Amino acid sequence: MASLNMRAAILSISFLILALGLWEMATQPPEAQTGMTEYEMLMGGAEQESRVPPPSAVIKLAWAELSNPFYDAGANDKGIGIQLAYSVYRVLTGYLAAMAIALPVGFLIGMSPLMYKALNPYIQLLRPISPLAWMPLALFIIQDSDASAIFVIFICSIWPMLLNTAFGVANVRQDWVNVARTHELGPLRTAITVILPAAAPTILTGMRISIGIAWLVIVAAEMLVGGTGIGYYVWNEWNNLDLASVIFSILMIGVVGMLLDLALGKAQKLVEYKE
Amino acid sequence: MSKSFLEVDGLSKVYPDGQGGELTVFGDIRFALEKGEFVCIIGHSGCGKSTILNVLAGLDEASAGNVVMNGKEIKGPGLERGVVFQNYSLLPWKTTLNNIVFAVRARWPGWSKEKVKEHSERYLKMVGLDHALNRKPSQLSGGMRQRVSIARAFATQPELLLLDEPFGALDALTRGVIQDELVKIWEETRQTVFMITHDVDEAILLSDRIFLMSNGPNARIAESVKVNIPHPRARSTIFQNPAYHKTRDYLVDFLVNRSGSALPERDGSPKFIEPAKGVAQSKPASAETESESDTAARAVNA
Ligand SMILES: Nc1ncnc2c1ncn2[C@@H]1O[C@H](COP(=O)(O)OP(=O)(O)OP(=O)(O)O)[C@@H](O)[C@H]1O
Ligand SMILES: [Mg+2]
Repeated sequence: MASLNMRAAILSISFLILALGLWEMATQPPEAQTGMTEYEMLMGGAEQESRVPPPSAVIKLAWAELSNPFYDAGANDKGIGIQLAYSVYRVLTGYLAAMAIALPVGFLIGMSPLMYKALNPYIQLLRPISPLAWMPLALFIIQDSDASAIFVIFICSIWPMLLNTAFGVANVRQDWVNVARTHELGPLRTAITVILPAAAPTILTGMRISIGIAWLVIVAAEMLVGGTGIGYYVWNEWNNLDLASVIFSILMIGVVGMLLDLALGKAQKLVEYKE
Repeated sequence: MSKSFLEVDGLSKVYPDGQGGELTVFGDIRFALEKGEFVCIIGHSGCGKSTILNVLAGLDEASAGNVVMNGKEIKGPGLERGVVFQNYSLLPWKTTLNNIVFAVRARWPGWSKEKVKEHSERYLKMVGLDHALNRKPSQLSGGMRQRVSIARAFATQPELLLLDEPFGALDALTRGVIQDELVKIWEETRQTVFMITHDVDEAILLSDRIFLMSNGPNARIAESVKVNIPHPRARSTIFQNPAYHKTRDYLVDFLVNRSGSALPERDGSPKFIEPAKGVAQSKPASAETESESDTAARAVNA
């Protein structure tokens, strides 16, 4: 009997073929053109163009795009690789900035019940705000669309990291803290050699949630601010009624999101420990 | 008056009892330890043994009283006191070796990498774990973990070792093996040890003196029982010593019949008892003396 993985792979591929087949069939152009309806006449026969493209068309486009992902032919015609690179750059910049704040502040909140009590109301108030709601304020204050998008990423990825860090640090087993104490480690060395590794799995979980949210939000943010990035690209192709490109970029958003999550998953594995 | 190595003076611990009043777990605990002594403390569950040990370790604070070691009052934890916890408390993300290295480095920050490693390996070898240097604690059995924990405590060569039921979670077989190892390490290092146990046989095997604690609330260390059995001792032969049985009977009687009412001396220090005083024994266990004490033991039993 084939292994479970093998059977799962076969099943996966079958599903894919089935789905692509159904999609292809559903999007075939009508066999015979028996005159235009009144609506079609009004639309000037545009129906042909605006139909959802079949997978074969998307694959063909994907091939063309991916064989030259970094071409740059002006403001509205850049390769998919360039657009994705803009988005990834914004996500990572906002994300790293959030990390630089969330980890130390999370540590502080986790270590000090006083700070926890003092800051918790603000966190609870700010956390549920949709990150896009900050956009107008950011645009007004920062006066720069690129930096505003980065700020939105910053604000959306800070909360899971902050809360998980605080939670992880606050719940480090007292026994391990006692080990640090009986070995006379100072506060800094305790934080680095005992608390950080002990809380690392929880912190990484927060970081993984954050990167996922950041990637969700960047698409919407770029649709709003425009210019560059995968979110802008999707919106632009929609305005061009190039649905094959829209579908292709949707898939690329999924791929990059998956890769980001995979990377954080790997990092998580590195810091995991069994008790 | 010559001062002892460790002096505990009027220690007490009070908790709110939840109804507005106060609950004195133990009160006016007084005792002294001499350098190089191995002392076990036995008492019923909840009388406050762990609390006393944690105060000595500096991890907990007493409500009153003070502890003086080497003429200095103990405030907070310190490297001159090593602790072995019942649940091992190894850092699970570090390998066996690195758990020891961590402690040795904290103890001697100036040592070179090689020296730290070599020192750590030596102590792991003492507990028979030199084959498991690179395993994580989760890949070790309970007995092996406790060995690592013991190696860690001895490796930092503290002036006072505190052990809180180190073998409590182990099965009887493993417990016996590690007890023998502890005896061996202690014979080599002769460190001062203060240990909590619930096992009378374990206490006799290891201790020079055994503190008996009365039941709480308001528990006291009522008696200090001398174990008149010479070192080196071994688990397999100690039963043959008549002093062993005398001591054991005395301890069991205390725990079963007297722990509710026993009180220390008027001045608060534990009553000094020698249950096996004058019982025929003196030389360390060689083959000859073993058979001698064997005969004596039979004579006592007859
Ligand atoms: N936070 C607390 N509030 C109230 N009482 C407490 C608290 N912590 C411990 N106690 C009480 O202190 C007493 C002593 O606890 P301790 O752990 O020192 O006992 P022990 O002698 O080590 O017992 P065992 O042999 O079961 O380990 C217990 O009776 C416990 O109920
Ligand atoms: Mg206890």
